[in-house]
Amino acid sequence: MKKLLTGNEAIARGAYEAGVRHASAYPGTPSTEILENIAKYEEIYAEWAPNEKVAMESAIGASMAGVRSMASMKHVGVNVAADPIMTYAYMGVNGGTVLISADEPGMFSSQNEQDNRNYAKHGKFPMMEPADSQECLDMMKAAFDLSEEYNVLFMIRLVTRVCHSKSIVELGERKDVDVKSWEPNPMKYVALPAHARILRVEIEKRTEILREFSETCPYNRVEMNDKKIGIIASGPSYYYAKEVFGDEASYLKLGFTWPLPPKKITEFCNAVDEVYIVEEDDPYIEDFVRSLGFKPHGKDLFPPYGEMLPGILRKCLNGEELPRVEYAEDKVIKRPPTLCSGCPHRGFFYRLGKRKDIMISGDIGCYTLAAGPPYNAMNSCVCMGASFSVGHGAQQTFDRAGVNKRVVAVLGDSTFFHTGINSLLNTVYNKSRTISVILDNRITAMTGHQNNPGSGFTAKGEPAGEIQIEPLVRAMGIKHVRVVDPNDLDAVDKALDELIAIDEASVLITRWPCVLKKFSQEDIDEFEGMFSTKNFVNQEVCIGCRKCQKTGCPSLEFQDEKRKMLINPDTCVGCDVCMQVCPVQAIQKKK
Amino acid sequence: MTKNVLLTGVGGQGTILAAKMLTIGLMEHGFDVKMSEIHGMSQRGGDVISQVRYGEKVLSPIIEKGSADMIVAFEKMEALRAMPYLRPNGTVVVNDYEIPSMTVSTGLETYAKDVIDEIKKSAEKTFVVDATKLARELGNSKATNVILLGTIIKIMSLEDIDWETIIRNNVKEKFVDLNLKALKIGMDSVL
Repeated sequence: MKKLLTGNEAIARGAYEAGVRHASAYPGTPSTEILENIAKYEEIYAEWAPNEKVAMESAIGASMAGVRSMASMKHVGVNVAADPIMTYAYMGVNGGTVLISADEPGMFSSQNEQDNRNYAKHGKFPMMEPADSQECLDMMKAAFDLSEEYNVLFMIRLVTRVCHSKSIVELGERKDVDVKSWEPNPMKYVALPAHARILRVEIEKRTEILREFSETCPYNRVEMNDKKIGIIASGPSYYYAKEVFGDEASYLKLGFTWPLPPKKITEFCNAVDEVYIVEEDDPYIEDFVRSLGFKPHGKDLFPPYGEMLPGILRKCLNGEELPRVEYAEDKVIKRPPTLCSGCPHRGFFYRLGKRKDIMISGDIGCYTLAAGPPYNAMNSCVCMGASFSVGHGAQQTFDRAGVNKRVVAVLGDSTFFHTGINSLLNTVYNKSRTISVILDNRITAMTGHQNNPGSGFTAKGEPAGEIQIEPLVRAMGIKHVRVVDPNDLDAVDKALDELIAIDEASVLITRWPCVLKKFSQEDIDEFEGMFSTKNFVNQEVCIGCRKCQKTGCPSLEFQDEKRKMLINPDTCVGCDVCMQVCPVQAIQKKK
Repeated sequence: MTKNVLLTGVGGQGTILAAKMLTIGLMEHGFDVKMSEIHGMSQRGGDVISQVRYGEKVLSPIIEKGSADMIVAFEKMEALRAMPYLRPNGTVVVNDYEIPSMTVSTGLETYAKDVIDEIKKSAEKTFVVDATKLARELGNSKATNVILLGTIIKIMSLEDIDWETIIRNNVKEKFVDLNLKALKIGMDSVL
């Protein structure tokens, strides 16, 4: 049966067909939909882990216990998971194990553009790079078989355009893979120095065997045409190159990219006059080809960053661009993403941004949008969970250097569970006096509303134990805790005033659900009447001062002719934030 | 020869679903297809682009600038924004509908009054559809996307494909009738 699938859907289908029984992940664009789709298969146990390290370790445990297992994450998530990955690569598998790394050349939704192919080389574990959805499915099935055959963790490296592009896929049946028995094997599973030293030597032997496989496997294939130009490409770059160089050029399409096949590459380079290497991010293949003594074109022509889309290749090759139409470019308005109408972050950041003498240490989530106007309420954002610990470091320094500044560190509920808990431990243990704020909107919102340890449901939507943030932070030793409704601006101010006045570590929890969330019965009971009203402007009272628009709500529209505000009744959900800001009480509420 | 259709709109307008149904239809017609989307920030009021490519054998899933045979804009400013993608003899289908962005509603920028005129100046062929108004008349502005799908089906002469089944398989059951009506309205909007 043929079906139109995204790369992520095809990875999930591949997991199903490969007989996978255990999948763990933490959401992150562009990888999120892999686990969401896997969770639909009854045959597979699927879970959201609190972070990528935990997801990888969960997959490792499942493999040890005898089933095919996997972990999927975005490229920066692999950094979080790198610790278990690097040692597991020594140990080998019981049930086959595959790690999915979804990279982002072009950084559509990411803070960096790291090329995770380097991880395979660094950790000495084999890697495959699919170019489209069919290859996603095929390579998943192959990777699990090979993982067991060669006794090693496999990595599949995706990029955004593979994850989020749909193409036609031929579906197969699920392979019946039995649960293997678990036997204690300290030599293999207990990573003591004495064991690791022996495994370290074995890895070199394994690498040679894998290199031989790379030479002969069907995933590294040559298409010989005219011999003037030879292209070496991996992943979707193969298709981009083909759009530009066409059927005349010859191709070495690489799908199995660690270890790379030296003999096959040498043969190809010798057979053509000129070699071009088309790859996104680092000169990963190029460096290898150069080490074989060839002088290919690559990053001398094409940029070492961004996507290698056909238009970019064409321009770099000969300065050509396809002809375009002229248009009124100067009339195109900007359309930056904004916090939604009714977003619970709005009220909090509206008030936080007004404070002087504070540094706001930020984190990764929808609330990172508070860094921009009209809030301008974020001074740093590094990586998941960093706000509390970066804030701690800054506060210690301000205090020791005699700088009169308090640090307010903010992160979301899912980010708190991810790595924020460790950071808060440091704040308490090392006697910091930061104000740590947990923006609890009851879900992992940014990536499209995945459940987390605080939401009360599993990845499969089944009820689960719900971690209570307030008792948790109290148990960690935080003495000063406030919980507020972030839509109540006076309550936000009062809590911030009180906590800033205290010279000890404190936690502020803002608790109100994301407006786009699918509400549970618990939400409906707790947040009675949420989003069921509308605000409207009494235009006879409105003085057109536009102060309400400083809240950044997209439902507020200024009517130029009348010099009055209007609230779009289709999009307003009655959060009342603008109503509290209006100096003349022109904004009112209706049921 | 690979054909390129670029669908663009604002988050929440149903651009991606329309592109998906179009792609499925083209696949069932026997074409090779690829569809690509960037939707990271779409739920937060940003623009959303879906790219559909079809033909005998499609290579890259991405439409190159200067190569779109058709731009389908669910919001008129988005047609203008997507103009770099249009090939010189390309067609624009545009919903005569305006969604102000944050920069407009806060007074940092002005939404030009003559966007449709500007599109007509740039494109060789422009079809203006009042899709959101037609959808509201039908009882639900969310049907905008399927009205526009109907319009492009007619323009692309793809009426032979079994769109009814595709709609039944891809929209919630309670919206099937609404969307079937919307499809017809869209097709009838092309003279």
